[in-house]
Amino acid sequence: MRFPSVRLLAAGLGTAIVAIVLVAGLLAPWITPYDPFITNLDARMIPPSFMEGGRPENFLGTDQLGRDYFSRLIYGARISMLIGIATVITSGLIGITLGVLGGFFGGRVDDVVMFAITCRLSIPLILVALAVVGLVGSSLTVVVLTLGLLLWDRFAVVARSTTMQVRNLDYVAAAWAAGCSQAHILLREVLPNIIHHLVIVATLEMALAILLEAALSFLGLGVPPPLPSWGLMIAEAKEYMFFSPWVIMVPGISLFVLVLGINFMGDGLRDMLGAQRDV
Amino acid sequence: MTPAIEVRNVEKVFRQGTGMFSAPRFVRAVDGVSFSVPPGGCFGIVGESGCGKSTLARLILGLHPATGGDILVDGRKLSGMHRRERAKLIQPVFQDPFSSLNPRRTVADIVGMPLAAQGVGEAERTKRVNEMLARVGLTAEQGGRLPAQLSGGQRQRVAIARALVLRPRIVVCDEPTSALDVSVQAQILNLLAELRRDLGLTLVFISHNLAVVEHICDEVAVMYLGRVVERAETDDLFRRPAHPYTRALLASVLTPEPGLGIPDVGLGDSYPDPANVPPGCRFHPRCPVAQDSCRSVQQAARAVHGRSVECMLAESL
Repeated sequence: MRFPSVRLLAAGLGTAIVAIVLVAGLLAPWITPYDPFITNLDARMIPPSFMEGGRPENFLGTDQLGRDYFSRLIYGARISMLIGIATVITSGLIGITLGVLGGFFGGRVDDVVMFAITCRLSIPLILVALAVVGLVGSSLTVVVLTLGLLLWDRFAVVARSTTMQVRNLDYVAAAWAAGCSQAHILLREVLPNIIHHLVIVATLEMALAILLEAALSFLGLGVPPPLPSWGLMIAEAKEYMFFSPWVIMVPGISLFVLVLGINFMGDGLRDMLGAQRDV
Repeated sequence: MTPAIEVRNVEKVFRQGTGMFSAPRFVRAVDGVSFSVPPGGCFGIVGESGCGKSTLARLILGLHPATGGDILVDGRKLSGMHRRERAKLIQPVFQDPFSSLNPRRTVADIVGMPLAAQGVGEAERTKRVNEMLARVGLTAEQGGRLPAQLSGGQRQRVAIARALVLRPRIVVCDEPTSALDVSVQAQILNLLAELRRDLGLTLVFISHNLAVVEHICDEVAVMYLGRVVERAETDDLFRRPAHPYTRALLASVLTPEPGLGIPDVGLGDSYPDPANVPPGCRFHPRCPVAQDSCRSVQQAARAVHGRSVECMLAESL
């Protein structure tokens, strides 16, 4: 069959992309040829080595301050992955806890959870980021906290609805009848049977967080310069894009490929975990 | 002798439609049910879908709190009992072995769960789980598998092993065979009968399959819209049904005779609605022999021909 193999290929490709970016980010200090912060005003806006006017020392050229673009890109991967993972962990903990409790206990607890979700959905993210940056200034921690404390709504909605389905199944009733504690039922009977839905939400949220970080940094509300974030690189490059298009294309394409890879990986995980359930 | 389980006037009212502006509706799913089962006995509860028999099972198991009445095991009230205490007395076997086993845990884990909840140690647990698996006809090797790797009949054996691993006094079987192939049903029924004999279990057996109930139960209650309309020894009930609903139910059993078609039971097409119970005798809209008085007077349970019947016309039928 051709169709499933294409999907498998996409999933493999996505996982490979995510793995490469993750490893590159982790090993950044050891695999980058130059320090990403060192400027060299004699060597500004040098094109990548495979383009005309490029030079072999700078594989992807240099930026407007003469910093090595390849080194900055690798360090940017570190920031993107850090933001993606930290945001998913923070928002996942909040959203899953709220959603599972609401779905499991129903009634008043569920009313409170639904109210919290509705409140969250009515808060525009960019506006909050603007207010927070205005109040405490921009930093990596502020970005992670802002995104992590705001992106839990989808986790909560999915955790709540899947918990509602699972809690009425007979194996949960059997666990009650067996004298299991509430904590046992939540952690051992309910959670393992909804976790595969949540893993997929996690990949979607991770891609979203990385894109949002880029958007916030582009607007000057995210990671402060001179930290090499991909969004910031795009923002700094936009003034030079007409004469040196590669300065905006390198981080732009990297961002696109990473987000695509995460989504492919999520699709693959969904197929895999879904199939395992129905064996 | 103290009955193994005694159900006294139990009722369950569900609140429905909790919209902010609409008045809530109350559904009386179980309405004053009483019966008792002697130790080692098997009590059958039959009735069509929606008559409240599964709700009754859940009340007996303590999964829902009853709105009224008492359930006593060996003379002790179940309500207010600690969950671990209750688990040692009474255990369930559910209808669908595909939803009653956690798909993410191994068979040994599932069967050992009630023991783990009681705080039984790992070594002791493994020993008792393997004993129990052997008892229901499964191997220790199958204990390492996931439910998805077993057949329906094997899964139901796992569910039975889980119910019996604590050696409970009472097992509530909620349609334990209706999700299984006919060929497997007999195996599971024989297994239950054998375990009941060997372990001295008391069974509460809920089913819509009359043949199964006739085969396994000593005494049967027929439920209609939340009430027990007739209760009798199995032989009496099947030989001489006294309530018109029991008669209709027995007449509705399909025969293996080809060409006879689906029997006409004289009940009409309407289904009973538990949210809207008719006044008087709740069976009167469908009763083939209903009289005017049936529409206004609710007949209480009374003894007729050595059984309990809720029909004022029982003698004349």
